[in-house]
Amino acid sequence: MTPPAATASTFAVSCRGLVKRYPDVLAVDGLDLDVRAGECFGLLGPNGAGKTTTVEMLEGLTVPDAGTIELLGRRWGKGDDRALRQQLGVQLQETKLSEKLTVRETVRLFRSFFETGREVDQVLDLAGLQEKRAARVGKLSGGQKQRLALACALVGDPRLLFLDEPSTGLDPQARLRVWEIVEEFKARGGTVILTTHYMEEAARLCDRVAIIDHGRIIALDTPAALIASLGASQIVSFIVDGELAERELAALPGVRVVTRQAPSWVLSVDQAGATLPTLIALLEGRGLRMDALSTHQATLEDVFVHLTGRGLREQ
Amino acid sequence: MNSRQPGGGRRAGALAELTRARILEFVREPEAVFWVFVFPVLMAVALGIAFRSQNGGRTAVALLESGPPAARAELEARLRASPQLDVKILDEEAAALALRKTRVEVIVALDADAAVPGDGAPPPLAYRFDGARAEGRAARLLVDDVVQRACGRADAVAARDEDAPRHGARYIDFLIPGLIGLNLMGSGLWGIGFSVVIARTNKLLKRLAATPMRRGDYLLSIALSRLLFLGLEVAAIAGAGRVLFGVEVAGSLALLGLVSLLGALSFGGIGLLVAARPRTVEAVSGWMNLVQLPMWLLSGTFFSYERFPEFALPFIRALPLTALNDALRGVMNDGLGLGALWAPVLILLAWGLVGFGVAVRIFRWQ
Ligand SMILES: Nc1ncnc2c1ncn2[C@@H]1O[C@H](COP(=O)(O)OP(=O)(O)O)[C@@H](O)[C@H]1O
Ligand SMILES: [Mg+2]
Repeated sequence: MTPPAATASTFAVSCRGLVKRYPDVLAVDGLDLDVRAGECFGLLGPNGAGKTTTVEMLEGLTVPDAGTIELLGRRWGKGDDRALRQQLGVQLQETKLSEKLTVRETVRLFRSFFETGREVDQVLDLAGLQEKRAARVGKLSGGQKQRLALACALVGDPRLLFLDEPSTGLDPQARLRVWEIVEEFKARGGTVILTTHYMEEAARLCDRVAIIDHGRIIALDTPAALIASLGASQIVSFIVDGELAERELAALPGVRVVTRQAPSWVLSVDQAGATLPTLIALLEGRGLRMDALSTHQATLEDVFVHLTGRGLREQ
Repeated sequence: MNSRQPGGGRRAGALAELTRARILEFVREPEAVFWVFVFPVLMAVALGIAFRSQNGGRTAVALLESGPPAARAELEARLRASPQLDVKILDEEAAALALRKTRVEVIVALDADAAVPGDGAPPPLAYRFDGARAEGRAARLLVDDVVQRACGRADAVAARDEDAPRHGARYIDFLIPGLIGLNLMGSGLWGIGFSVVIARTNKLLKRLAATPMRRGDYLLSIALSRLLFLGLEVAAIAGAGRVLFGVEVAGSLALLGLVSLLGALSFGGIGLLVAARPRTVEAVSGWMNLVQLPMWLLSGTFFSYERFPEFALPFIRALPLTALNDALRGVMNDGLGLGALWAPVLILLAWGLVGFGVAVRIFRWQ
């Protein structure tokens, strides 16, 4: 056993120039990441952005075409992969655990793979599955299955936890319970790398977020700093039934950024209350009718829209 | 807060847990239980009944209603006097049908207008039988012998019959070991193939590969979990044969167990090999059928493979199911010991080791 290299000690994960090419797509296109020990790092991006491919390369499940990966001071394929896996917890985007086993049997099976770890019942308590311990996996709800996947990832008491879209497809309440489990892990000092296309999830759980599109990082910072980069705190979006020029909107008071997200216009503004009257006046003066007006506090989604001109859930 | 595995034996722990999980999955799958245990027993019962020796071992003969009544009555009496014949009086049409369906092996007819020879000699006969069937030819000889002797033919050479009944010579005795072999092949291949490929499509294999689990442990647990059912499987079929048809195990039960174990492990290795790469259940089903087809046809489960041409026999004997059937019959029918069975045992061992070894190398985890 060699001690972790001193240079890497501050980073739980560090990768350089990561590339993965599939026959018809460049899934990951030269990615650099440094994840600090103890932080929760989010990969935020739309479907097909390359989040899963990136995470699975970090997990040692997919071999990169190029680039280097260092995890907890080690590298894959150096003969101590199993020792490294002892310290990782993994939840894949789409695993169907065996439906015929019970909840407790499943966690117990995963526990047996690790030299050290947490007590099975303790993890069931943590995941809120103690009541369902004797239920077959096939009979669980989506939220319960997801919590079971988390329990299996946590039972080895990992230092580093990978979560690939942990709350996709769950209702808000089930999502909240997943978040609480992740927060418990963070509170114990664990490092988390999580992918998501929900900005609320990234904003709530992540210390830093990398926004990914087409296999590249297009922005990386804390959620607050990313939102602040819009230079505005509120978002106004609307549809009009005729032609408008971008500079006409940009000239309105308090407008920082104008984005065309057809068929909508999206304005990042300092104060919606100050901008709206002038916007309405402009449209009336041009004889245009406004539709689907909405205003909200700026979120990471707006950062993504600003950077790409597309929504996170669009293809 | 942390816990160590009790006893410190992590390796054994993971293997035992994986094996336990597989066994639980299997017993919670009612269809699988049916195919592995109930189906082969039903098959043994059905075939045993279909091929039981009919008429108490007597040869079925049809005597036509034609001909002069007095002569026919005399002939009927002569035939019925033989304990080896089961005589039915049928009209032309019914007799022809019975011959086609092999409910009788030979039809005996008196020529309708045959003039009775003046000197009181018996009237001439005609035998109709299927000369392509050994049973037909034997029946014709038997009937003719009965008639000729009754009419006064003397043997030119004195001959004595020495009956040497062989233990386990009935069809059902031959069939039961074959069914055990066939079942070990089927449950080994299907049982492993489906569950591995389903685990692959469900990304469960990928999830397991992301843990520190030893990959060999997973594959080994699959082979090991087969062992538990193996005993039950063999016991179910052999027990049904014993209780329903009196099929005995001539050799040692321990050796029967050992041979079955080898067969199960051998097909376990082959099953893993077949399941090592396919990504879909359809693909693995195709491969399973392809692998089993030659053995269904050639390996002598339902009839002896010795009927195939001489040059093909070495290849047929090298098939794992042939080797397993040979070894099972050697123990059950012929009471052979391990020393006499080394060839099929080595063949089984080789298939199992090669299958497992290659499967481990080429196994697709995602
Ligand atoms: N095994 C694969 N074979 C071919 N293409 C793949 C494979 N896995 C992912 N891709 C492609 O790579 C791109 C990135 O996929 P993925 O990493 O799953 O994105 P995300 O997780 O962000 O939704 C997509 O265009 C996807 O179709
Ligand atoms: Mg994904």
